[in-house]
Amino acid sequence: MSHDHSLYPETMPQNPEKATLEGKNKFLGLWFFLGGETVLFASLFGTYLALKDSTAGGPSSEELFGLELVFIMTVLLLTSSLTSVYAMYHMRNNDFKKMQLWLGITALLGIGFLGLEIYEFSHYITEYGFTFRSSAFGSAFYALVGFHGGHVTFGICWIIALMIRNARRGLNLYNAPKFNTYSLYWHYIDVIWVFVFTVVYLMGKVG
Amino acid sequence: MTENTNTKTNKNLDAFQKRKNKEEMKRQLISFGLMIVLTLIAFAVVATGAIESMFVIPLLAFLAVIQVAFQFYYFMHMKDKGHEMPTVLIYGGVWAALLTLAGLALISWW
Repeated sequence: MSHDHSLYPETMPQNPEKATLEGKNKFLGLWFFLGGETVLFASLFGTYLALKDSTAGGPSSEELFGLELVFIMTVLLLTSSLTSVYAMYHMRNNDFKKMQLWLGITALLGIGFLGLEIYEFSHYITEYGFTFRSSAFGSAFYALVGFHGGHVTFGICWIIALMIRNARRGLNLYNAPKFNTYSLYWHYIDVIWVFVFTVVYLMGKVG
Repeated sequence: MTENTNTKTNKNLDAFQKRKNKEEMKRQLISFGLMIVLTLIAFAVVATGAIESMFVIPLLAFLAVIQVAFQFYYFMHMKDKGHEMPTVLIYGGVWAALLTLAGLALISWW
């Protein structure tokens, strides 16, 4: 399996992302990483829940958050999760061009999400004076939501790098695991966002 | 394993496999629809304020857990064969995450 010729096969196996030892290792390694990320985000969520009422006289979560923007961001990220499923569907059908197209759409949706998040943060800072340093609530909020945003930023850079690096190479057993690893990571970002919009925004509105 | 049994050329994938992939894609679309519905319910409950806050928070947590299960089992293929180890790893992470939350709850509200 690890011979060079098997990386550019005449025939593609049914699961090109797991056909090589390298691919299997990447697959397990990423899931191991996601298990660790779960713990990391749990500690950020726990910190946020403990500190969210310590506003130091600043605006509370009920006054700050608007549901409309968060809803649009949620739909953007959830749709980008679906488009990366489409990309992996085309990968399994060995259709490189369509895979690249759907990955491109995924990246654009991710950029849209990030743009809205930056707008949201700048709105809080300029309109409310709500910053990382203004209260314990502010620190916990920007640490948690910003860390998620950082993951989105990293994911966008990752996929753009993969798309450019492999643009002329086409799909083979060398890069199929790379695309698959990225798509799992991207889904995981959406998993985290489900908890962010639930715990931070929706529960923050309820009080 | 079924890998490398396909003898057709690169562009001409096994028709059976293509069909299977298509059916899988249909299931993915259905789970996407359900996830959108779950999201809509969660936002609608909060926006209308129809339910008392004491019940809203457990309901929201419940909706989030279902949506995440869809994401893991369908979008990330954890329902498929050969995902025993990922299941162990992610539930291991969830277990450690719950311990972390319990520890933080203990020191904040004791």
